[in-house]
Amino acid sequence: MAETPILAVQGLKTYYHQDEGVVRAVDGASFALRAGRTLGIVGESGCGKSVSARSILRIVERPGRIEAGSIVLQRAGGAVDLARLDAEGREMRAIRGAEIALIFQEPMTSLSAYYTVGNQIGEIIRLHKGVHKAAARKRAIELLAMVGIPRPERRVDEYPFQLSGGLRQRVMIAMALAAEPRILIADEPTTALDVTTQAQILDLLRGLQKQRGLAIILITHDMGVIAEMADDVVVMYLGRVIECGPVDAIFHAPKHPYTKALLRSIPSILARPRDKLATISGSIPHPYDRPTGCPYHPRCADFMPGRCDVAMPAMRAAGADREVSCFLYEEVGA
Amino acid sequence: MTVLEVIGLRKLFPIRKGLLRRVIGQVRAVDGVSFHIEKGETLSLVGESGCGKTTVSRCIVRALQPSAGAIRFRVGDGGAVDIAQMPKRALKPFRRHMQLIFQDPFSSLNPRMMIGDIIGEPLLVNGMTDKSKRRERVEALLELVQIPGAYLNRFPHACSGGQRQRIGIARALALNPSLIVADEPVSALDVSVQAQIVNLMLELQDRLGLSYLFIAHDLSVVKHVSDRVAVMYVGKIVEVAATGDLYARPRHPYTEALLSAVPKPDPRLRAQRIILQGEVADPAHPPSGCYFHPRCRYAVERCRVETPELAEVAPGQWARCHRAAELTLKGVG
Repeated sequence: MAETPILAVQGLKTYYHQDEGVVRAVDGASFALRAGRTLGIVGESGCGKSVSARSILRIVERPGRIEAGSIVLQRAGGAVDLARLDAEGREMRAIRGAEIALIFQEPMTSLSAYYTVGNQIGEIIRLHKGVHKAAARKRAIELLAMVGIPRPERRVDEYPFQLSGGLRQRVMIAMALAAEPRILIADEPTTALDVTTQAQILDLLRGLQKQRGLAIILITHDMGVIAEMADDVVVMYLGRVIECGPVDAIFHAPKHPYTKALLRSIPSILARPRDKLATISGSIPHPYDRPTGCPYHPRCADFMPGRCDVAMPAMRAAGADREVSCFLYEEVGA
Repeated sequence: MTVLEVIGLRKLFPIRKGLLRRVIGQVRAVDGVSFHIEKGETLSLVGESGCGKTTVSRCIVRALQPSAGAIRFRVGDGGAVDIAQMPKRALKPFRRHMQLIFQDPFSSLNPRMMIGDIIGEPLLVNGMTDKSKRRERVEALLELVQIPGAYLNRFPHACSGGQRQRIGIARALALNPSLIVADEPVSALDVSVQAQIVNLMLELQDRLGLSYLFIAHDLSVVKHVSDRVAVMYVGKIVEVAATGDLYARPRHPYTEALLSAVPKPDPRLRAQRIILQGEVADPAHPPSGCYFHPRCRYAVERCRVETPELAEVAPGQWARCHRAAELTLKGVG
């Protein structure tokens, strides 16, 4: 990639120090987001995709901590490493929301039940833009209209419980965009929604990206959503990025055994009726019970004893814009 | 042989208001649903949240009392019996023949019971008091769902989500039921585990000749398990057909939109999707005529005034649409 990524995560490690041991939620993840593009982060539960997002925004909850790595954001005034900023400091607070915004999976739990929609959006506008109440309200109505909420001048005075799931997610998006960020992190934005509502929200995100040149990090477990939305894809497993590359390459020429198995095992609407699915044996290990070596080796079809269970394979270039972390590709010397 | 036949099932919930809780209206959660399931067959009920699919399943297992309609259930080689209005006591011998698999394997297993006791409980309740006999049966059931026998004395918290769902299936199979009602059995699981459970359900069906009523919102999973699919919208079935026919050539505009909205796992197929406008109609205040007409891109004047009936458009394919015969709708795969 010739262009400098707008956000580059390098060797990120976020650990949770618990009484029972250390949970390595993110264990050396690297990826880059290009301006105006969509980066899809895909993986099953416990792969560290959400903690990566929280690390970028510096909202990792205790006892979690960023142990190592850098998160470099390109700003008008030069690059800044978010991992080195004080999480509660002035600079980080100016970035959070205003430059990088986040939308969550469950819009009901992330909206306050006690304030009207207009109040909640208005608060962000006043905080980041320093405008008066009346102007903030006017802007809130504009934002609601922009995310396709019908009769925004009425909805602005309603409470979240009066809205349907789809409308609530639109309100979340309006809130996230209130301070005009350049980067939007969407963590499972459509998982709680019905499929027709999901289509509406994905369409809205695509439209907003086109209109405002938003860069989007889309975190999901749904390969279908990735295929529809992402330009670049990062596949994670147990805190590690195991493969990354352009979306077409990931889907049509996957390299890592986990990516291959994952793609084979997803139920597809294009399959023949009553077709059995390919399965991945076993299940995701418990976070306290991490396998040695490559974290995927106990489930891997291409497991090489004495190799995969001993050392961790490094990320290596594997073709144009692609990287993979697997010993199968080390002999070739890439 | 028909195991289950549902005829004109209705379930109304009263809307109450005021100090005296007077009934001021009714939500027609299920509004005249009819279908049948053959032995060894899977019928899936699909639709968006609030369409009434779960209410249908709850009426069939009589967790809810239907407001009207018949639920004819056949046990073994006997005749079909209508259980819709049967009193609780009389229901008991029928209950063991229809079992439930739940969505959330974390809340559907008692955390204070060991796996062996969880699976053995339905046996005990139904009179298998001999301990060693029960243990034998539990071990056979564990083997059936591919869980190591050592798990007998473990608690649910020691099991992964996939294992818990297998235990839920073993418990459902304990009494040799003929019908399994599975409400979103894989939607809470990770993709790699989901595939294992889907395959297990297919295998068990072939081995034991089970009939499944499969309730799901995920049209991709549904395609992998179903022989026939019924699509529900605001309490009514709008289309029912053999899986292949329904996906390849839907006959109801709502089915077409649903299929189109499902993300396809191939970036080269980023097609123009049909984006349905607005939201699912409120079953307390449904629109006039066809309930789908405010969101339908093919709606004509007739759809606004006249309620369509479910009609056979092609052999074995039924749709509730005035224009079903003239429209050529787009399917997938």
